[in-house]
Amino acid sequence: MTSAGILAETGSPPLDARSKALRSTVVEAIVAAGRGHLGPAMSLIEIMRTLYDHVLRVRPEEPLWPERDRCILSKGHGCLALYAILADKGFFPLETLATFCGHDSILGGHPEFGIVPGVEASTGALGHGLSIGIGRALALRMRGSKARIFVVLGDGELNEGSVWEAAMAASKHKLDSLTAVVDYNKFQSYGPTSEVLELEPLADKWRSFGFAVSEADGHDVSDLRRALEKVPYRAGRPSVLICHTVKGKGVPDAESNADWHHKNKLTANELTTIRSVLGGG
Amino acid sequence: MAEQARTLAMGQDEARQDARGIVEAPFGRALVDLARSRPEIVGLTADLGKYTDILPFRDAFPDRFFNVGMAEQNLVAVAAGLARTGKIPYATTYGVFATRRAYDFIAIACAHSALDVKIIAGLPGLTTGYGGTHQAIEDLALMRMIPGLVVIDPCDATEIAQATAAIADHPGPVYMRLLRGNVPVVLDPAAYRFEIGKAKVLREGRDVGVVSTGLMTERALDAAAALAGRGLSVGVLHVSTLKPFDAEAVAGFAASVDRLVSAENHVAGGGLGSLVAECLFDRGIAKKLHRIGLPDRFIECGSVPHLQARFGLTSQRVAETIAGLV
Repeated sequence: MTSAGILAETGSPPLDARSKALRSTVVEAIVAAGRGHLGPAMSLIEIMRTLYDHVLRVRPEEPLWPERDRCILSKGHGCLALYAILADKGFFPLETLATFCGHDSILGGHPEFGIVPGVEASTGALGHGLSIGIGRALALRMRGSKARIFVVLGDGELNEGSVWEAAMAASKHKLDSLTAVVDYNKFQSYGPTSEVLELEPLADKWRSFGFAVSEADGHDVSDLRRALEKVPYRAGRPSVLICHTVKGKGVPDAESNADWHHKNKLTANELTTIRSVLGGG
Repeated sequence: MAEQARTLAMGQDEARQDARGIVEAPFGRALVDLARSRPEIVGLTADLGKYTDILPFRDAFPDRFFNVGMAEQNLVAVAAGLARTGKIPYATTYGVFATRRAYDFIAIACAHSALDVKIIAGLPGLTTGYGGTHQAIEDLALMRMIPGLVVIDPCDATEIAQATAAIADHPGPVYMRLLRGNVPVVLDPAAYRFEIGKAKVLREGRDVGVVSTGLMTERALDAAAALAGRGLSVGVLHVSTLKPFDAEAVAGFAASVDRLVSAENHVAGGGLGSLVAECLFDRGIAKKLHRIGLPDRFIECGSVPHLQARFGLTSQRVAETIAGLV
């Protein structure tokens, strides 16, 4: 049995109104644009929500506040989850989401630094975020800042060798202000991670690279909050939180279905079902 | 200091036959001088500090130096993170590794965000005899295609020192080729002024004009001096910045000479020679261009002077090539 199967049996708490509303925002942006990565955004919703609601010290009205915590979405194709929470927090107007992927929109199919308020790095080419986080953590430590760095990685992204170059460097430099958050939804573009390129034993991998490791149910806000509020897990070490998630979470047909990784066109029936499940539309 | 500054590997420091002065590790020395008054400057390397002349910086500022491991993608993206957080990182590795291994990271993590990262690339072109794995013969062509990236191929110790300081004042990403170890002084430090994006006429001439970059400018100047004794008037325009390219200066220089030659320590396609051709064609300047550079193939191993002679990059071979044109 796959890990995803185990998780489905174990079960996360039902999605609350806020989780459904954020998902609805993502779906409507994809509908407006006629494109977008649905599955990779849906598995991220509770992770991003918990970070921005409870963990990150940021100022939406001052996106470049020097003492802010930095959240880098390294799996850039999950950007709709980031855009939804940034708009919700007031980094830019909610209406901007309707321009997703449109001509001259600030909201491209992958997040761009310097263009989208609140976006901390241009990502989409995978395997960049953790190294960028290291650079930021080193610079902040040099100036005595207490600001922290959170880098959200995809599981498929962990195929990139550069992630493990960065992992070694992060532990060498004892960057306990750096936390990697893995959206472990067990699926990547082509299919299950267990078939494309096995990641297990994933926690042991990170441990062996010098990280202090914790795991959480990535759709349970209280579990995520518990895990994210206590970083660093060990002084002098970078932390990683492996979040067990479901790709396409909250959209019944999309859950753990690689066909929905980059779903462009939703049929009228599919959209009706999604809107009814999420209570949006 | 002298011992630590010395570059150790790869055997390219064969004894020089001319009377020019040398400076040892001009990049590392210039970086130390600069960093004394610029606390935001930090140094990084992908475990090639010993071979890229950055150890003087490490010794002077150990808290501002980071060896990120033999990991070039990580090197470039860590530098991007530092730049995003107020630092000016100088990141060293070999040109082959920076360009071939970390292209995506230079393009997206650095250039796409216009970050203040300075990549210092050792072993440019044919400056090592260790064969094709270590010879960055196509790096200028690769780097000049990245939007917003400044690309510099310095001539000598004087220019390396000046450019090391100048790029700190340029807000944005830079790829600079590194001449390391005992580097000759070709340009008079009192008279020469490096400017990003500015080509400089180093010698006037009527018969043949050589547009050169990097260490080939030294060879072009030597060839021009030798040919003057044989009654040939050869000018030299030094183009140290490939991007942004000083097309105006090249067009003006081309118009002032009968025959035009480009000379680069790089494949003859995609780099300086191609830039000159584009510039001439764009302006409707009909002038035959002879491009001195490396062939479109991987280069074998061997001693550097021997290889440079074989591929036409020595002063004597440049002079022969020019003499053969007229």
